Amino acid sequence: MSWMVWTVPTAIFFSTIGAMLAGMTVWEVVSPSIERKGFLPISTTRGDRLFIGLLSAAYIHLAVVGFTDISIWFALAASILWLLVLMRWG
Amino acid sequence: MNKVYNNKAWFLILPMLLLVAFSAIIPLMTVVNYSVQDVFDANTRFFTGTEWFETMLNNPTLQAALLRQFAFSFTILAIQIPLGIGIALLMPKRGWQASAVLILITLPLLIPWNVVGSIWQLFTRGDIGLMGVGIRELGYAYNITRNPADAWATIILMDVWHWTPLIALLCYSGLRSIPDAYYQAARIDRASKWAVFRYIQLPKLTNVLVIGILLRFMHSFMIYAEPFVLTGGGPGSSTTFLSQSLTTMAIGQQDLGPSAAFSLIYFLIILLVSWVFYTAIMNMQKDNTNQGGA
Amino acid sequence: MTRSVPTTPDTVRRQAAESAAKRRKLARGTATRWRRRTLLGLYLVFVMLPIYWLLNLSFQTNTEILGNFSFWPQNFTIANYTRIFTDSNWYMGYVNSLAYVLMNMLISISVALPAAYAFSRFKFIGDKHLFFWLLTNLMAPPAVFLLPYFQLYYSVGLFDTHIAVALAHCLFNIPLAIWILEGFMSSVPKEVDETAYIDGYSFPRFFVTIFIPMIRSGIGVTLFFLFMFSWVELLLSRTLTATNAQPIASIMTRTSTASGIDWGTLAAAGVLTILPGIVVVYFVRNHIAKGFALGRT
Repeated sequence: MSWMVWTVPTAIFFSTIGAMLAGMTVWEVVSPSIERKGFLPISTTRGDRLFIGLLSAAYIHLAVVGFTDISIWFALAASILWLLVLMRWG
Repeated sequence: MNKVYNNKAWFLILPMLLLVAFSAIIPLMTVVNYSVQDVFDANTRFFTGTEWFETMLNNPTLQAALLRQFAFSFTILAIQIPLGIGIALLMPKRGWQASAVLILITLPLLIPWNVVGSIWQLFTRGDIGLMGVGIRELGYAYNITRNPADAWATIILMDVWHWTPLIALLCYSGLRSIPDAYYQAARIDRASKWAVFRYIQLPKLTNVLVIGILLRFMHSFMIYAEPFVLTGGGPGSSTTFLSQSLTTMAIGQQDLGPSAAFSLIYFLIILLVSWVFYTAIMNMQKDNTNQGGA
Repeated sequence: MTRSVPTTPDTVRRQAAESAAKRRKLARGTATRWRRRTLLGLYLVFVMLPIYWLLNLSFQTNTEILGNFSFWPQNFTIANYTRIFTDSNWYMGYVNSLAYVLMNMLISISVALPAAYAFSRFKFIGDKHLFFWLLTNLMAPPAVFLLPYFQLYYSVGLFDTHIAVALAHCLFNIPLAIWILEGFMSSVPKEVDETAYIDGYSFPRFFVTIFIPMIRSGIGVTLFFLFMFSWVELLLSRTLTATNAQPIASIMTRTSTASGIDWGTLAAAGVLTILPGIVVVYFVRNHIAKGFALGRT
């Protein structure tokens, strides 16, 4: 395993993703998701919205890190906020 | 098809999942780990945070490679899609000619990618290549190692040679699935050839064309071996595409951190594009089934 | 319509007009047919010309290649081919390539068949997302995975073995196989499954004795694609091997030496890499068109 050169932040990152997937699975078993249409142009399920949220979060982070001097924590906060908005109204 | 809801299906998926996870998720995690560190070996490494991402996003060489990549991908799509459709319309439908043409057209797809590079190197060299010598005889000082325009044109021609068959075969299979009754109806209505193409053939082709465009876009984004063998990315860096920049950095210079950060950016671009295409395909199929049901 | 003797002037006129139209259409048909043939012929020439040139150079000696430009071999020689077939370094490259390609085909198809069946017949939690994740692997540039693969296979002691390359190629070949097979399986009506279960077949027995024979052509086409993508890949196979399992593609780089490039051998080696493809495509020629649409047209 040492060749994988784990660090604490990346370990936290992957655990979070793993926990999210596990949580979504449990949620799906408890109350199955129904496809619906929110402010996004396509009708989506819960999982779709999570994926869109995560993907746009990645791009938000890249934009902040690459082209501005704003701290990455603001990007994180913005992404979480966006993810919540997307999950609720997307 | 009405699918049954059954979570036991996961047992059928499981062996595949383990295998693909082994070759996809573990390496991906490692790339993420690399990207936030300066790695010398497993014991000597420093945490660098987002530094590599910042450097890579602002690296002019890579930005140029990315732009070139997009220019290349869109150029070949613009040539290959219409050409492929045209060839598919020309291909014989039955008989031994159909088989023969199919086999001949498929040939370029089955040649190892570096051999494709070699074939075109042999074909375009100014001293021994048929095309190279031919163009020089016509009076144009064709030289792919000196003139970037020649190198570009040759690489695009090579890619057209290599991959148009894929589009042609996709479209051919789409055309084959149109029932003869449609054509008969068009004949009775005295529809023009253009009308037949526009209202019968093209709608049937959109399905396969989206797959074709998706595959071609993705593969053109990974192009490595052919230009590497043919031009070595030159002259200068005029034909260095993303994959080659990445490989040079990762293998040639052993810069694990930066190349990992770059890989992730590369991967995110691919992910976004393929998601857009996938959603488009899925929505199209949904529309089709809706229409079929109505 | 039956061709009866015309009785009224109106019918006479109509029949005359019809036959004239038919004649015109026939004449036009011949002209278009020839135009189509010419255009297709031109494209085929474009496809074959570089390959012909490779073939041409492979039958010439290096002195002839460099000294004298000719459209066909003046001094026909098979020395380039003899060199490849007598030097074990060379021909082992083909054996290595074929070995890992065959291993990959076997692994990929055997795990992809049940998975594709699951995708084509059942809904389950996360099915769409799983399918999409598989497709992203199909699209992932091998260059991204290069370094971790090297480390991964080195650390599990598989570096420079055929199985390492075969497993690495699973990354894109399994998703591809599932994608194609799913299309073919979805075109088999579900009633087939249901009838078999009513007749008392267990799932494995039904799958092997009834279902697999029904999608034979789909499996053939899938194998063709697996062969194709594993055979043509260079980056991963070159990175994961050193000497024991080196693929032909990376051995070919040895033709460039200090004294220049050995063009004749390079051309001959290139010709030999095309042959397996021709054999494979010949077997699936009748199904290939459907296969290229990945079973969904």
